[in-house]
Amino acid sequence: MNLIATQIERFGGINLLPVLLAVVALVLIGVPSTWLTLTVAGLAMGMMIFLMASGLSLVFGLMDVLNFGHSAFISFGAFIAASVLAALGSWVGADNILLNIAALFAAISAATLFGLVAGWFFERVIIKPVYRDHLRQILITMGALIVAEQIILAIWGGSPISVPRPNFLSGSIILGDVSIEIYRLFAFGLGLVVFLGLYAVLNRTRIGLLVRAGVENREMVEALGFRIDRLFIGVFMLGSALAAMGGAMWAGYETLITAAIGSEMMIIVFIVIIIGGLGSIEGTLLGALMVGLMGNYVAFLAPKMALASNMLLMMAILLWRPYGLRPAVK
Amino acid sequence: MSKTLLKLDSVCTDIAQYHILHGVSLEIPEGGVHVLLGRNGAGKTSTLRTIMGLWQARDGSIRFRGEEISREHTSDIARRGIAYVPENMGIFGGLTVEENMRLATHKGQFDRQRLSRVHAQFPAMEKFWTKQAWSLSGGQKQMLAIARAMIEKRDLILIDEPTKGLAPAIILSMVDAFREIAQETTILLVEQNFLFAKSLGQTVAVIDDGRIVHTGTMAALAQDSDLQTRLLSLSLDSHQ
Repeated sequence: MNLIATQIERFGGINLLPVLLAVVALVLIGVPSTWLTLTVAGLAMGMMIFLMASGLSLVFGLMDVLNFGHSAFISFGAFIAASVLAALGSWVGADNILLNIAALFAAISAATLFGLVAGWFFERVIIKPVYRDHLRQILITMGALIVAEQIILAIWGGSPISVPRPNFLSGSIILGDVSIEIYRLFAFGLGLVVFLGLYAVLNRTRIGLLVRAGVENREMVEALGFRIDRLFIGVFMLGSALAAMGGAMWAGYETLITAAIGSEMMIIVFIVIIIGGLGSIEGTLLGALMVGLMGNYVAFLAPKMALASNMLLMMAILLWRPYGLRPAVK
Repeated sequence: MSKTLLKLDSVCTDIAQYHILHGVSLEIPEGGVHVLLGRNGAGKTSTLRTIMGLWQARDGSIRFRGEEISREHTSDIARRGIAYVPENMGIFGGLTVEENMRLATHKGQFDRQRLSRVHAQFPAMEKFWTKQAWSLSGGQKQMLAIARAMIEKRDLILIDEPTKGLAPAIILSMVDAFREIAQETTILLVEQNFLFAKSLGQTVAVIDDGRIVHTGTMAALAQDSDLQTRLLSLSLDSHQ
């Protein structure tokens, strides 16, 4: 038994869970082309959820802040990206791929930049007065979320808004009898790049070292001579920017958005960070991929169970590992 | 007579509605090992945390090298050259031994000479250099906590009950380590283990119920069994 455990650990251990899930799904689905389509969709969805959740996981872990207002950044990111893409309609629809990329870059950059600035404002005005007080954090961030949704309704109105996709991301790639949406591949790629960037910053830089240490023991980081409150602002801004970027990507995925886009995603985002383990980027990625794959497989195999599947997944994982798959603090 | 490094004058500290320190006054001279003794709940840890700024003093003065530090942020106090080894060791379990040590360096770079000394003092640190700290034993974690405090030149190291829960052999090796550290740094050691404290301390202060009830040389206290009984009976009973 120990030998099996050692071998599993050697080949990736708990990181193999999404692979295991995919293998089980292949057996249950039975048709490789359908399975591949669902797997790519699940991975793309997982990566977009990762973008939205990674910042919240760090904020939770480092700052011990329950920020229910996180979804406001997702919503604003989605609407700002949609507005920029609409304003650059001629670039979005052009046959020139460079113009397409420029429009997409402008939309994602605008959303991310908004997330950075709004994150700074939110931390200073909303979060800072309620550090170390969870009840007030829940109340004030829920309140801020309601205000943010009302601002979105006041600016963009109550009707759903369609989000144009840049030409080069429309359509699908056909591999045999498998059809893979290009947008999903792009979403997966962007999520992967962001993960690798975050991983490198957290594991290869001094600031990353401080963040990882701060997630474990804020007091000791201060006793070693570092101002953790300054680190808080940076992490909060980064988390908000990533949420806005995730919102922008999700808007392009959904193509029709409402002011509730953020709050609709919030339950899944919380499930992901709880499954993954608070404060851990690797855990968040693992949780997001599991949730993305599970959602797609179950929606195909047992549509009535689709909504409950992620809750059941969370319950099963927490029964097995109460602190999540890869918590930052051991 | 060496000059005063740290001076606490009538320091009062509250935690929520509880008054913990009731006017602690204490002088720590520069150089050597100085011990703060007391039974459980007497206020030893609170004194160290107040010096470090982790708990704000409500009243009184804390002067380090003659400058007031009682209103300073913990990180600024640390940057003055005061290191803190808490009772729970404050190890970052998810980081490697190397990362734990690197965090304690000024600019993320090791002074090779000091690092060699640390490795010579605590060979286990070199052996487990790339291991995550949670995988270390209790004694090794304590060594890492102390190694972290000595990886840079400090003026004062505050150490809270380093022998708690450790095997006698490890405690003995710690005595040697502390003697070596004390050659260049002042140590304020909080202890309940009188035998350990006696083997290291030059001066001693005894705290009880949030007040300093005795100060003097360790040699005098070690020779006066009546005084020991009167001041430390509770802690001696449990440790001798």
